[in-house]
This record gives sequence, structure tokens and C-alpha cells, in this order.
Amino acid sequence: MQADLSVILPEILISVYAMAALLGVAYTGKDRFAPLLVWITAAVFVLMAAWIGFSGDGTRTAFGGMFNDDGFARFAKVAVLLSAAAVLLMGQEYMAQRDMLRFEYPLLVALAAVGMMMMVSAGDLMALYMGLELQSLALYVVASLRRDSVKSTEAGLKYFVLGALSSGILLYGASLVYGYTGTTLFSGIIASAEGQAPIGLLIGLVFVLAGLAFKVSAVPFHMWTPDVYEGSPTPITAFFATAPKMAAMALFARVAHDAFGGVVGDWQQVIAVLSLLSMFLGGVAAIGQRDIKRLMAYSSIAHMGYALMGLAAGTVFGVQAMLVYMAIYVTMNVGTFAFILSMERDGRPVTDISSLNLYSRAHPGRALAMLILMFSLAGVPPLLGFFGKLYVLRAAYDGGLVWLAVAGVIASVIGAFYYLRIVYYMYFGEEGEPLEAGKSPVLWGFLMVSATIMVVGIVNMFGVESMAQAAAATLVN
Amino acid sequence: MIGLEHYLTVAAALFVIGIFGLFLNRKNVIILLMSIELMLLSVNVNLVAFSSFLGDMVGQVFTLFVLTVAAAEAAIGLAILVCFFRNRGTIAVEDVNVMKG
Repeated sequence: MQADLSVILPEILISVYAMAALLGVAYTGKDRFAPLLVWITAAVFVLMAAWIGFSGDGTRTAFGGMFNDDGFARFAKVAVLLSAAAVLLMGQEYMAQRDMLRFEYPLLVALAAVGMMMMVSAGDLMALYMGLELQSLALYVVASLRRDSVKSTEAGLKYFVLGALSSGILLYGASLVYGYTGTTLFSGIIASAEGQAPIGLLIGLVFVLAGLAFKVSAVPFHMWTPDVYEGSPTPITAFFATAPKMAAMALFARVAHDAFGGVVGDWQQVIAVLSLLSMFLGGVAAIGQRDIKRLMAYSSIAHMGYALMGLAAGTVFGVQAMLVYMAIYVTMNVGTFAFILSMERDGRPVTDISSLNLYSRAHPGRALAMLILMFSLAGVPPLLGFFGKLYVLRAAYDGGLVWLAVAGVIASVIGAFYYLRIVYYMYFGEEGEPLEAGKSPVLWGFLMVSATIMVVGIVNMFGVESMAQAAAATLVN
Repeated sequence: MIGLEHYLTVAAALFVIGIFGLFLNRKNVIILLMSIELMLLSVNVNLVAFSSFLGDMVGQVFTLFVLTVAAAEAAIGLAILVCFFRNRGTIAVEDVNVMKG
């Protein structure tokens, strides 16, 4: 028992912190302590990430295999915690200025982070479900954090209804998997699904994959993404675009390899189709968007398509490529949202992309950083985003999915259009009302660091590559 | 004699009714919440039927977790709905359309 608890100590500490802080602040100062709580929560995240990251290697399981602490889980947890911390710090000033920094916000993010850590460590359908719901329930609430805004509450409502639908679909699949294998443990499922799986189990597998595809917003389960991204307050959109995506992709990989590693051929086709549709729809639908948050929503759909491409390869290298891709994607998105958060005019946030006209004249440094990020998102060599794409394309090629790799290249050319249009507006646009750049040094710092990583990271990716390799090796065997 | 397949059929029917309720309903968001509840309950029927058929308790434990989470989910859903109603003054599904998606 004690050994079990020591495995999940980071999760326990964060939940205890969140609940104690909730109770303490509710009785004393409420929203007065909100900025302080943001900093403390971010510090807790960074501490836990350091602890998990440096806690050595090896695989430990707890609660009879329900919870895994392996290299894969640690990689995903560090990425989730660090990106959540970055997004919390970025949003603090924005929210405080607009009087929407409530003390619940950092604590709900902390609880969502616990849910994500549960998800990536799950070794059992029940643990998976509980982690997923803990994350989702917290996210529904933060989406509608701005209680007095129609858009924010509508975003929360849409997210809730479609999220609950996806949980229902996932659960129905889980019940079929349980019925046809007689166990909910991933290790038991993989043992009984070796080679020829019964048809009921395959139906269950498809339902589970559909439920997970909702969470990573892969086409055709993407409908909630643009509305939720647009309606939620921008710092929360930034959060949605980073940590939960990382966690959901990691969970996808875990279910595919840990539970259904014996029937790779069966889920491979499903994921390949999800990937293909996501890449193309994300690229094409973003072209007509004028709102940068909606545009980032479609961009994230397309990027999820690429990450799924790595997974569809069904190999160790595929999982490694997916992890590298997600790490790069999260870094790029942190920088891009730092830029979006600083877009304002007379103190009011602006999200229309045509407001960026000739932005480079007034703020050449920021415009250059955004140019690097947009090129990197589009996958222009020699920036880091290009290497992420190269990884997943190679994984798909090695895995025998040549057609998917070719489609990926075509889709990335289509997708480049809307990223380059933003750059065009910034450098060659028409005269228009100029945009102020917020004075926040935090946002400036995140934007510059993220852009610098895109350039400097191509040397050795800061070792992420070898870490992802080690992580992927512990998952697939 | 009522066997496993009968339970599974009932559960599948409930699940499909729940999904159709979500997509065909144009009137009221409360009905969406009821449909979601119906889907989760159909899963519970499935789990309990399998659990009893397999002689394995895990399915019933799973059911208890699902019930608990469903309660929390309904609470959050209603809370968001109340906030939405205060802003918009209606809970008709057709009026959840400030953003076109």
C-alpha cells in the first residue's frame, strides 16, 4: 500500500495543494489572493515537473497495474506540467486587467493537471476514465470562467455537451472491451486480444478510439474546437491548445499500444484516416477564418492530424515522432498565444487578423518573433517545426503508410497559406489602425524564448529527441 | 429466460436513443442533459450485465465510478446552463448560436 502511494505521490501532492488552497482562500481573501495563487500553482507545477523529470528511470506500477509510472508517462507529465505553468503565468496579467482573475482558475487548472497526469499513467480502463473526467470536468468550468459573457458560457456549454457525448462513447466502448476480455486492466486486454480479436472487442476498440479522437479534436470529431477556442477567454484558449492536447495524445498512444498492441493492424487504419481528414480539414477550413483564435483552433486540428500520423505508423519510432512533434507543437503554441495575448487596442483585446496590418513597423522585434513562429507552425525549413513534420513523415513512411506521408506533405503546403498570410499582413499589409503591444514583460519573454527555441533548437532539440526515444521504448515492446 | 444478449440489446437501444436525443433535439438543453444521462446509464446496464455474466466484480465497481462521475457531470452541466441562461435568457438549443461552428 505504501509503495503504491509513493508511486502516485506527485498527483497526491498537487491534489492536496489544490484542495487546501481552495479551502484556505475561500475562507480568507477570495480573489485578492488570485495573482499569488497563480504564481504558487505555477511554482508547484515546475517543482513537480523537475521532481518527476529527475526521479530516475525504471518502470513502477501501483494498485495492481492500474497506474504506471514509466518513462513514457514521465515525459508526458513533464511536458504537461511545464506548459500548464507557462500558460498560467502568461494569462495572469491579461486576466487581472480584465477583472476575470478568480482564485478558482489556478486551482481548477491544477486539478485538470492531476487528471492529465492520471490519464497518461493509466493502466486500466477505470483509471483512464477517472483521469479523463477529472481533466474534462475542470476544463468545462474554466471554459465558462467568464460568467457574465454570452460567448464564454456558450463555449462552456458546447464543450460540456460534446465532451460528455465523447465520454459516453468512450465508456460504451470500454464496457464492450470489458465484456469481451473479462478485464479492465490494459495488461489483461493485450493478453486476450493477441492476433485474432473477437468482433465485439473490435467494436469496443472503435468506440474507445472515437471517444479519444474527440478529446484530441481529430476530424470528424472536431466540431467543438473552433467555438470553444473562440468563446473562451484567450488565456484559457492558450491552455486548451497546449497541456490537454499533449495529455490526450499521450493517452491515445497508451491505449493503442498498451491495451491494443496486439491488434495494431486494426487500429492503424482508423488512426490513419483520422489523421488524413484532420490534416486536410484543418488546413482548408482555416483559410476562411478572420479571427486568430478560430484560426489557431483549425491549426491545432491540423497539427493533431500530424501527431496522429506518427501514431498511425504503429512502431516505436512512430511514438517517438509523435512525442517530439507534440513537444515542439506545445512550445510553438505557447509563443504564439503569448503574442495573441499581447494584441490589444486601447486596452481591449483584439483577435481579428487584419488588425495586424503593418505590425512590423511599430514593433519589429515582436513581428520577427511571430514570423519565426508562423514559419515554424507552417513547417518551413530550417525551423524546428519542419523537423517535427519530418519526423512524423518518416515514421509514416517507415511504417508502410507512404500514401499518408504524401498526403501530409500536400496538406502542409495548403496549411502554409494561412500562416504566411499573417506574416504578409504584418509586413506588407495595408495602412490601418495600429495595434498596441501590451507592456507585459512576461508575455514578451515567453514570445522571445519560444521563437529562439525554434531557431536554436535545430542543433540538438535540447535533448528532447533522445528523451522521446527512451520514453517511446518503454511504451512499445 | 433472459440472457446476456437481452441486456446488451436493451443497453444498445438506450445508447442509440441517447445519441439520437443529442442530435435530433432542437428544443431544450435540458433534454441534452437527459440524453447524456441515458447514454451513461446504458453503459451501466452493459457493465452490470457483463459483470454478472462473467462472475467478475470489476464491472460493478466500474459502474459505481460511472454513477459518481455522472452525478458530478450533471452538476457541472446544470451550473454552466444556469450561467448561460442568465446571459442569454433562453435555453433553447437553436439559440446556442452566438458563434457559428
